[in-house]
Formats: sequence, C-alpha cells, structure tokens
Amino acid sequence: MSGFFKKLFGFKPAEEQPAIEVPVAVEAEAEIVVAVEPEPEIAIMAKAAEVILPEPEPESDPDPAPAAAPQAKTGWIGRLRQGLSKSSSVLSSGITGIFSKRKLDKATLEELEELLLKADLGLDMADRITKAVGQGRYDREIDPEEVKAILASEIAKVLKPVEVPFAFGGQKPFVVLVVGVNGAGKTTTIGKLGAIARREGLSVMLAACDTFRAAAIEQLTVWGGRIGAEVMSRPQGADSAGLAFDALKQAKETATDILLIDTAGRLQNKADLMAELDKIIRVLRKQDATAPHAVLLVLDATTGQNAILQAEVFSKVAGVTGIIMTKLDGTARGGILVSLSERFGLPVHAIGVGESVDDLQPFDADAFARAIAGL
Amino acid sequence: MFETLSDRLSGILDKLTGRGSLSEADVDAALREVRRALIEADAALDVVKSFTDKVRARAVGAEVIRSVTPGQMVVKIVHDALVETLGADEGGLDLRAAAPVPILMVGLQGSGKTTTTAKIAKRLKEREKKRILMASLDVRRPAAQEQLAILGTQIGVDTLEIIAGQNPVTITQRAMDQARRGGYDVVMLDTAGRLHIDAELMAENAAVRDACRPHETLLVADALTGQDAVNLAKSFNEQIGITGIVLTRIDGDGRGGAALSMRAVTGKPIKLMGTGEKLDGLEDFHPGRIASRILGMGDVVSLVEKAAETIDHDKARKIAARMKKGTFDLEDMAEQLQQVVKMGGLGGIMGMMPGVAKMKKQISEANLDNKIVARQIAIISSMTKFEKANPKVMNASRKKRVAAGSGTKVEEINKLLKMHLQMADMMKKLGRNPGLMGKMFGGGGGPSAAEMERMQAELASMDPSKLPPEMRAMMEQSGGKAAALPDLSKLSQGLPGLGASRGLPGLGGNIFKGFPGLPGKKK
Ligand SMILES: Nc1nc2c(ncn2[C@@H]2O[C@H](COP(=O)(O)OP(=O)(O)OP(=O)(O)O)[C@@H](O)[C@H]2O)c(=O)[nH]1
Ligand SMILES: Nc1nc2c(ncn2[C@@H]2O[C@H](COP(=O)(O)OP(=O)(O)OP(=O)(O)O)[C@@H](O)[C@H]2O)c(=O)[nH]1
Ligand SMILES: [Mg+2]
Ligand SMILES: [Mg+2]
Repeated sequence: MSGFFKKLFGFKPAEEQPAIEVPVAVEAEAEIVVAVEPEPEIAIMAKAAEVILPEPEPESDPDPAPAAAPQAKTGWIGRLRQGLSKSSSVLSSGITGIFSKRKLDKATLEELEELLLKADLGLDMADRITKAVGQGRYDREIDPEEVKAILASEIAKVLKPVEVPFAFGGQKPFVVLVVGVNGAGKTTTIGKLGAIARREGLSVMLAACDTFRAAAIEQLTVWGGRIGAEVMSRPQGADSAGLAFDALKQAKETATDILLIDTAGRLQNKADLMAELDKIIRVLRKQDATAPHAVLLVLDATTGQNAILQAEVFSKVAGVTGIIMTKLDGTARGGILVSLSERFGLPVHAIGVGESVDDLQPFDADAFARAIAGL
Repeated sequence: MFETLSDRLSGILDKLTGRGSLSEADVDAALREVRRALIEADAALDVVKSFTDKVRARAVGAEVIRSVTPGQMVVKIVHDALVETLGADEGGLDLRAAAPVPILMVGLQGSGKTTTTAKIAKRLKEREKKRILMASLDVRRPAAQEQLAILGTQIGVDTLEIIAGQNPVTITQRAMDQARRGGYDVVMLDTAGRLHIDAELMAENAAVRDACRPHETLLVADALTGQDAVNLAKSFNEQIGITGIVLTRIDGDGRGGAALSMRAVTGKPIKLMGTGEKLDGLEDFHPGRIASRILGMGDVVSLVEKAAETIDHDKARKIAARMKKGTFDLEDMAEQLQQVVKMGGLGGIMGMMPGVAKMKKQISEANLDNKIVARQIAIISSMTKFEKANPKVMNASRKKRVAAGSGTKVEEINKLLKMHLQMADMMKKLGRNPGLMGKMFGGGGGPSAAEMERMQAELASMDPSKLPPEMRAMMEQSGGKAAALPDLSKLSQGLPGLGASRGLPGLGGNIFKGFPGLPGKKK
C-alpha cells in the first residue's frame, strides 16, 4: 500500500520549509462566484418552444367544481392501508414470525430492529423503538399483537406532533411555494392541492417557475386545465424569480385566492440552484413581506436516508413550513418520516398515494403508524 | 451525520496495532461498524448481511501489513469486496444486434427515464455516430411525450411523431416500423413511470417488451433510493427482465447504497450513471467511486476529474513555461489561487477527499475556506503590475497602500509574500528538474480509469489521522484567528511518486502544491 497517496500524505516534515501562515478573512467576503452549473442554455430553449404541442388532453375536466368528491375518512385510511399493505404485511408477518411463543431476548430484539430498518426508519429510530419494546418485557413471553401495538404506539408518538392538516390561509393571495429534489412529485402535488382549493371554491393561479426542465411548463399547464386554474408561464429558460414576482403581482391584481408556485427540482447539495430558490423567496417578499405563506417540501417515499439532508437544507434555505410525502402507494414504507419528525418536527400535511388528481390524502399519524405496524 | 468508516474503525481497531493478523473477534467488531455504515448508506439489509459474511471470510486471519493499521486493513478489504460486488465487469451498452437496435427504458415514476433516454441518445449520436429514433410510450403523465420531443430537438435526435390516443404497444410498433424504414441504428423507447406492484402497468411493460424485443432493457433508478431498492429492482427484473441498471442523481449527496442492493439482487450490471439534469450528465459506471461513497470516503476520482476539467490549460502551459525559466511572480500565484477557487474552493476540494468530512466542517467553521484565498487574490490585485512582477520592491509604504486598497492588514501581506517566496523557490527547483517537468507537462493524457481506480483504492484504506500535520494543525485552529494553510510546499515533497503516475499533476498541481494548474491535457 505504498504508492501515490501514501507518498502524498506520508511525507516527512522538512525543517527547512517553515509552515506558511495565511491570513484568515475576518469579514469581507470577496466576490468570488463559484459557478457549478452554467445558466440554462437559452439558445436551445428557444428552439424547443417550436415544438408543436397536441391539443390539450380531452380528459381535462372543463368544470372544476365536481372534481372528485372528497373521500370519506375511512376511504383514505383504507387506501393508505392498501398502499402500505404489502410492506406492512411483510413487516407484520415478520413480527409474527419472531414473536409467536417466543421469549423477548436479545436475538429477538435484534430481529425486530432489522424489520424496522427495512422500513427505512434509520438506525437511531429503529434502535429507539426496539428498546421501547424491550423495556420491562425482557425475557417475558410476548405475543405478536402486543408487539405490533407497541410498535405502532411508539411510531405514533413520534408522528403525532407533526400531524398538521394543510389549510389555505386568509392572505390574498395565499402564496404556496413548492420545493424538492428532482422528480419527487412537486408538479403533480400542485395539481392535487390546486384541486382541493378549487373544490373549496377558491380561485387558483399556478406559476410555472420550473423554467428549466423540458415540458415542465406544458405539464403544469395540463394540470391547470384539469383543475380550472390560470397558469402563469414564460418560455423555457426564463428567469424563475422574475416570473414568481410577476405571478404574485398578477395574482394580486386579479384578486386570486391561492397562488401555487411550482419550482424546478433541485438537489440540496447544489449551492447555485439553492441560491436560485432563495432568490425566488426574496423577490416575493419585495411585494409581500409575509410571502410565501407556506413552503412545502415534497419528499419521495422511496428516498432513503438522504431525505434527512433534504429536509435540513431545504429548511435552511427556503424555510420549509411543511412536508408532503408522495408515492406511498408503492412498497416504500416512508419510515424516514419517523426519523425526520423526531429530528426536525416539521409538520407533515399530506401524503400522495397515486398520480391522479384526488390521490392526495391528509396525513394521519395513527393510521400511518398502525399501517406500518401492520395493524 | 455520517462518520467515515475509517474514522469509526480507527477507534475500534487501532488498539490492535502490532498484532500479526486479524482475529475473529477483531473482525466481528469491525464488521458491526461496516454494517452500520452500509445501512446508513441505504444498502438493503439482506444484501448487507451477505456482503459482511463475504468480508468476514476474507478478513479473519488476514495478515496485517506492517505499515498499515488493522483499521486500514479492514477498510481495504471492505472496499475491495464492495468494488467487486458492484461489478468490476463494467460494460457499456451492448448494441451488437441487427439494426434498428431497440433499447427499452423502464422504472418507477420520476426516476429519470425520459432524461436518461435523451442523454443516452446524445451520447450514441456523438460518440458512435449512430442514427437514433426516440419514442415516448408515456401516454399517462401530462406532457410526457412533449418532454421527450423537446429534448430531441435540443440534442438533434429524431422523435417519433406524437399521435394522440394510441396505446404504448401501438406506438412501439410504429416506432419499430419507422426505424426500419428510415434506416435508424437505434430505437430508444421511453416508458411511463410505474410502480412495480402495479400489475396492470407491469403487464403493459411486458407487452411493449414483446412488441419490440429490446436488446437492452435498462432499469432507471434513483441513487437516493432507500431500502425499497431491492423490491423494485427485483420486481422489474423478474417481470420485465432487465439487462442493466442506470443509476441517476449520482450528483446528489446520497451515499448510494441502493447501487449495492440492486446489483446484488438482480445480478445485472450497473451500466451508466446520471450526474445532472443537463443532457451531458451521463457517465460510465465507476465501481470504485461508488464504493468509496457508500463507505463515506469521499470521491477522489471526482476530484481529479474536476481538477482536469477546471484547469485553464493555456494559462497552465504559460505558467509552466515561465517556471521552466525559474520565474514565478505574484501574477502567477494569483492565477493559481484562482484555479483553486474555480474548483469550488478549498472546502469543495477537501470535501471530495476521503476522511476529510470532519475537517471540512472545521474548515468552514474556521472561516478558512474560500475567504482566505479570496483575500489573497484581493491583495495581489491591489498591487501594481510592477509590484506583481517584482515582489521584492514591496516596502513598508507600498505594503500600507496595498493593505488599504485590499482591505487587509500589513501582516497579511507579509505572510502572502513569504508564501510566495517559498512557492517560487519550489518552482525553481522543479524547473531545474527537466525529467519531472517533462512528465508533468509533457502530458501523455490524464490518468487512465485504471489508475484512478487504483488511487481510489489506496485512498480508501487511508486513515485521516495520517494526514500531514499541517493540515491537522490547521483544523485545530478555529475561530477567526490566523490559521495556517497546509504547508503547500511541504506537501509537494510528498509528491515524487507523481512522476510515476502520469497525468496526476492536475491533482497535485492545484490542490496540494503551490502549482499553477498543470495541464491534464485536453482531448
Ligand atoms: N405513484 C405515484 N406517483 C406519483 C405520485 N406523485 C407524483 N407521482 C409521479 O411521479 C412522477 C414525477 O412527478 P412530478 O410531479 O413531475 O415531479 P416533480 O417533482 O415536479 O419533478 P421535476 O419537476 O422534474 O423535479 C410523475 O410520473 C408523477 O405522475 C404519487 O403520490 N404516487
Ligand atoms: N440532478 C439530477 N437530476 C436528474 C437526473 N436525471 C434526471 N433528473 C431530473 O429528474 C427529474 C425527473 O426526470 P424525468 O426524466 O422526467 O423522469 P421520468 O422517470 O421520465 O419521470 P416519469 O416519466 O414521470 O416517470 C427531472 O427534473 C430531471 O431533470 C440526474 O442524473 N441528476
Ligand atoms: Mg415538476
Ligand atoms: Mg418520463
């Protein structure tokens, strides 16, 4: 294991070359811009605009009012269960397997911890819950149902404080900024949220501030048509902050109730893209110091531990006020939400359980916890 | 949040130094940490288990080489096993079939299928001069077909005409027909995102597969995926039959354990990686790179590549020529500092290094990062041309003027001048060594992939406590007070191996030594 790095780091300090002292900047951030990603290719974007779009989808609902009757409470729990059923049945059959007529010993608890890890709860959370299960029950016989109940109650304990229904406030317009990494489900969630607002009889404007991704504007425009909302857009490549500013201005002028701002997907470790988000917020505040009134972070349920960094950085940069977790209709269990809640306590408003307009459900901590526990 | 594996292992295993070989107990203790690291990286639990078993078998009884710690030894064994599992047999796309060769793209919603379709088309068009037809079979997501059409326009690749109301199988047949008639080499079929438990849509994917008989069926999956990666990869492979995996969003800061899960559970190679939203953000899969990332050991290969990308070759060559003559003035130094900034500053550079995650935090806490460099650049730019070329003339009154002009203090200028002297001295020495210079500047391409992988492996087994004392000293200094930068000139002395691994000057040049960007040679 000699070679380059060994040599690089394994040198002998040479006496004849004293350490070089370098001044540390106290203040004065010099103007050094580290551009990681160049600006969108505007020349190309111009061409893209020439692509001819087909007629708006025939399926678009011209009358927004009857857009899917709100589902009964039991309906959505059933749906969530259905969504989580595969995963939770794995989890619960696992638990049943472990605990039927067994003593609660170290090996058993380890197996329980593994089941939780498989649900993306993360090491710390899994450890905590495992300990809670073991608490005062060590070496006792325990039946599977009891374990499930403890598991659910431990998860619910963490999730309960973050169960906060989403409500459109009275500000006019009530400005909602939707943020998240690429492909998380931001645009779709905006369509779903807008539909809810429309059902409540509110007027809705969508701002297509994802000016980067191909056909992001067209995608949002289709959603606008579906729910009966005006869509404010600019050609691809336009400045997203400028568009946000103008959208707010127009929403004010037209006395629109709700302004939903779609943003381009961005990975939280890209400083320049995060700075762009910050800029959108700054320009909004020029017109309304209290805007945006809600900043929603859209998280994909299939995401693993990186969701923690996503929540942390997006909160720091954009002041996230709440979370919506999408794609819970798959086999991903969304267990990261449990660790997230414990860590940051950000409100969780809703979950996405499909691609259609009515596939957004309020977040219910108990149901979520019970579904994970297989109850 | 993530401690590097070597940090952890050094705590557990370093007390073992001096023993001849790794005992079962040592290995078990180490493997508990390896397991934690892998789980934190989102590797699926079952996969972690079989992987650690494999490592255990290799590690127990392994001789600890005299010059390394047992911790380093274990990290090396783990890293090697990981590279092996991830697939050293990396192979690109296989297009050896009768034209038009169909490539089918499948995956969950939002994983990056459409973008990757365009990226692959662009690459095949540019590198292999293929004629490609792209077709979107996504009749579900709003504007999905338009998305592909727009991307086609951007990269100058044809897309199948959109006809509303057609189903995916019909579109597939139309695409194959048109490709045959139009003499296309490759047909790329982008499908709608779907859940692997959605029986109806999985059946649709299977029907599409039967309609085009793809030569490659690529599962496009997000590198940020958690434990679910095993389920989705397994299902897609069983139900559709994939030939390879494309891992997207590798430009994120996820640890990428999903790569291990998917590779292990399907046995299918990871063929490509998506490294950005832009259409040139596609790279060959580098197992060594992902292995280091999973183990939390930085990404030195990226560092080298970034260095090679960012360096201004003309400037570098110019400075090199001056060095040969033994001149290295403050202008040259400013140039070189700017290269550091371009590469994302010291923090950016160090963040990519193994075991430096911790230090990175300390660097930013100490405000060291770019501000120092920025300040040094400011000082130099406040000097006159004459002063830059002749630093010796800097007397007290000149220093005062420059300090005022750059908003710094005279002591800072003194330090900078001292640093410059040492650098210039070193340049002179190097300049007098034509052999070394020849190797560095004469070129012969950048480091080969194999060389990089080797470097990576070496790094993987490196212990952060073995960092040069200057670096550590720097880290220990916090607060706003003057902290020493790593002694660049001293570091350079550790670089004699550099001549041997050709092309590496790009790395050493900018980061560790007082060098201007040394050319990694443009292609
Ligand atoms: N199954 C399922 N799919 C969803 C859900 N929410 C969104 N999707 C799908 O996920 C994919 C990505 O959704 P988008 O809304 O385009 O995501 P985005 O965050 O706007 O993506 P970018 O703008 O590209 O960053 C689409 O195919 C959606 O139909 C959900 O709750 N369940
Ligand atoms: N940062 C980053 N973003 C990517 C990468 N690949 C794709 N994306 C982005 O991820 C988002 C989703 O990409 P798409 O190509 O639309 O994904 P898809 O799988 O076709 O989505 P659906 O068709 O809705 O299922 C877009 O915002 C892309 O720009 C990548 O490698 N890195
Ligand atoms: Mg979007
Ligand atoms: Mg797509």
